[in-house]
Amino acid sequence: MTLTPAERMKIPRKNMKEQPPEIRVKNFKEVPYGYTEDEAVEEATRCIGCKVPQCVSGCPVEIDIPKFIQQIADRDFDAAIETVKKTNLLPAVCGRVCPQETQCEIKCILGKKHTPVAIGNLERFIADYERKKKEIAIPKIKAKTGHKVAVVGAGPAGLTVAGDLTKMGHSVTVFEALHRLGGVLMYGIPEFRLPKEILESEATFLEKLGVEFKVNSVIGMQYSLDELFEEGYETIFLGTGAGLPYFMNIPGENLNGVYSANEYLTRSNLMGAYDFPNNDTPIASSKNVAVVGGGNVAMDSARTAKRLGAENVYIVYRRSEEEMPARKAEIHHAKEEGIQFNILMNPTRLIGDDSSWVTKMECLKMELGEPDNSGRRRPVPIKGSEFQIDVDCAVIAIGNGPNPLVPHNTPDLETNKWGNITADSETQKTSKEGVFAGGDIVLGAATVILAMGEGRRAARAMDEYLKTKKW
Amino acid sequence: MNKILTRNQLSENVVKLTIEAPVIAKKRKAGQFIILRTHKKRSERIPLTIADADALKGTITLVFQVVGKSTAELAAFQVGDSINDLVGPLGKATHIENFGNVVCIGGGIGIAPMHPIAQALKGAGNNVTSILGARTKGLLVMEEEVNKASDKVIIVTDDGSYGEQGFVTNALEKIINDGQKVDVVVAIGPAIMMKMVCKVTEPHKIKTVVSLNTIMVDGTGMCGCCRVSVDGTTQFVCVDGPEFDGHKVDFDGMMKRQSTYVDLEKQSYDIYKSHGCGNRCTCK
Repeated sequence: MTLTPAERMKIPRKNMKEQPPEIRVKNFKEVPYGYTEDEAVEEATRCIGCKVPQCVSGCPVEIDIPKFIQQIADRDFDAAIETVKKTNLLPAVCGRVCPQETQCEIKCILGKKHTPVAIGNLERFIADYERKKKEIAIPKIKAKTGHKVAVVGAGPAGLTVAGDLTKMGHSVTVFEALHRLGGVLMYGIPEFRLPKEILESEATFLEKLGVEFKVNSVIGMQYSLDELFEEGYETIFLGTGAGLPYFMNIPGENLNGVYSANEYLTRSNLMGAYDFPNNDTPIASSKNVAVVGGGNVAMDSARTAKRLGAENVYIVYRRSEEEMPARKAEIHHAKEEGIQFNILMNPTRLIGDDSSWVTKMECLKMELGEPDNSGRRRPVPIKGSEFQIDVDCAVIAIGNGPNPLVPHNTPDLETNKWGNITADSETQKTSKEGVFAGGDIVLGAATVILAMGEGRRAARAMDEYLKTKKW
Repeated sequence: MNKILTRNQLSENVVKLTIEAPVIAKKRKAGQFIILRTHKKRSERIPLTIADADALKGTITLVFQVVGKSTAELAAFQVGDSINDLVGPLGKATHIENFGNVVCIGGGIGIAPMHPIAQALKGAGNNVTSILGARTKGLLVMEEEVNKASDKVIIVTDDGSYGEQGFVTNALEKIINDGQKVDVVVAIGPAIMMKMVCKVTEPHKIKTVVSLNTIMVDGTGMCGCCRVSVDGTTQFVCVDGPEFDGHKVDFDGMMKRQSTYVDLEKQSYDIYKSHGCGNRCTCK
């Protein structure tokens, strides 16, 4: 069946079916069910196959999007996954957590008049198709070069570097500080957005490819970078992430029941505290939870709180919803689940009871003033507008600084004033010969796919360095 | 990996384990800690200070008190068993130099983390007086090891069953009041003990180092669970500590935070004890 572009454009965008909000707030299972094969083919048929596809330029890892979509439309699913995996070794993750609406899909020509092709949903479909088939194809690897590479941190940047360099024939060892792989994908992103089984399957795939993983290995403490070189690693990639939570430095922030988003999510995701006491790690079971912040991490925390049984969950954000950095889809999901949005409010202090447990959050109302450096309108406090909300748990989700362990223990590694490692934007080279860095440790808190993009660039430059040893 | 080579019951609730951990043994310095998980699934991450290490044999020593489910599981391990996850060394090492006259105070299970610090301070040429405190004679641990690491050891028990009767603060006050010069005090033990020691040393302006044992999850600076107010600013015990200037630590705030999960920890431990199948439990 051959359709004209006009006919293709008339097909409405296929949304994935989802768990209804009233059901899903009672479980940690993934929210969307994903496409059926027929739904995927129908959605793929919408792609008009532009001669000069814009979508590819929006993808930080340059997936050949029109090609894999055409292969799905042709029901050649095995070929489609092969196309995707040529440039993206973590498609099941990216299909779920990439902000496609600001990357590939925003460039889709169909979006000009209609809605863009659901590229992310299709990527997710094709990755799930292969996983469900239980026959994950291992791509061809170049002949062993004999070069040894160390990757520090098994998050999105590190996993990308490891996969790419292994495919190029190098021997890669990944050192991970925690007891499980994935970095922020494991400790940060909740099960209902990224099932851990999927993450493990993608990590297992890398292992089959030949990547060696060492968990419980804190570089900076166990080995310095120079000691890694002495051990025979010829080049090192640092992907240690944005692992140092910011607090607001307001009174009462150390009360019991006050968490950084990292702690709240780590307890629930990495440690499985949502299944306490079957899992040993506890988490506060709360009635009224206020989450401070407007990013994806704030949405994840709020939706986690709801699933942990909270009756009232508030997002407290100092600007308006317009300025929220969270993905629109996440805001939509949060609202569907009954999260209450308290916008234009800024916490001023937390108040506790005799046992030092938080009972109230005091906020100031804000209004929007002139745009600030970020281009967003600056929130300005309204004098005398203080008011209090009853809370027995507060989660601070206002961002993270770079993890200090490697920079503190590596004096010859240059960092900027925020403590991020300085790296060249083309090659990801740092100030220390042989050492590359990428992802949140360089960017500050950004996205999974940007970290993977940096990993991809670093892998190319590291391969070059291994061949030439020129810095 | 992480195989238990020796196991000694030091008192009713205190166990000493020697564990095969060559990388940590080689790298660790006095004052640093490890984080462990007893089992593959469901186990929590618990921090324990390294009590001793042998770089040549590739072993580290942990001395811990059974206070809840995870420490009970750890105590149930036998020689030959392996701990599922072991990561370290973590935290900043103790600042060691020749200060002159140093008093090292260990209270209860705090004697274990105090021991390597006394060892290192003596190694650096300090005159080390150690004060060991326990509720009663049967709960006093590592006396012999501390003896080796000190020039003088004073023992106090709450009930007077061994050494002098009283608290570690009484012994410290006596030293100060006797006019002996004290350049630095290192105090490790229950938060209340460290707070009281700081109250004794503060008027005399004696530098006092304390090692904090707040609740942790990752232990690498990532979650902020272990935060404590020091000199009015928030510090992370796992990466900024575990040692701080005791005169600047908000002990009251810290003690309150340590009580966050008391009820849940008890619930977890009660379930564990009701099963009675030790760490080989698969029935949940």
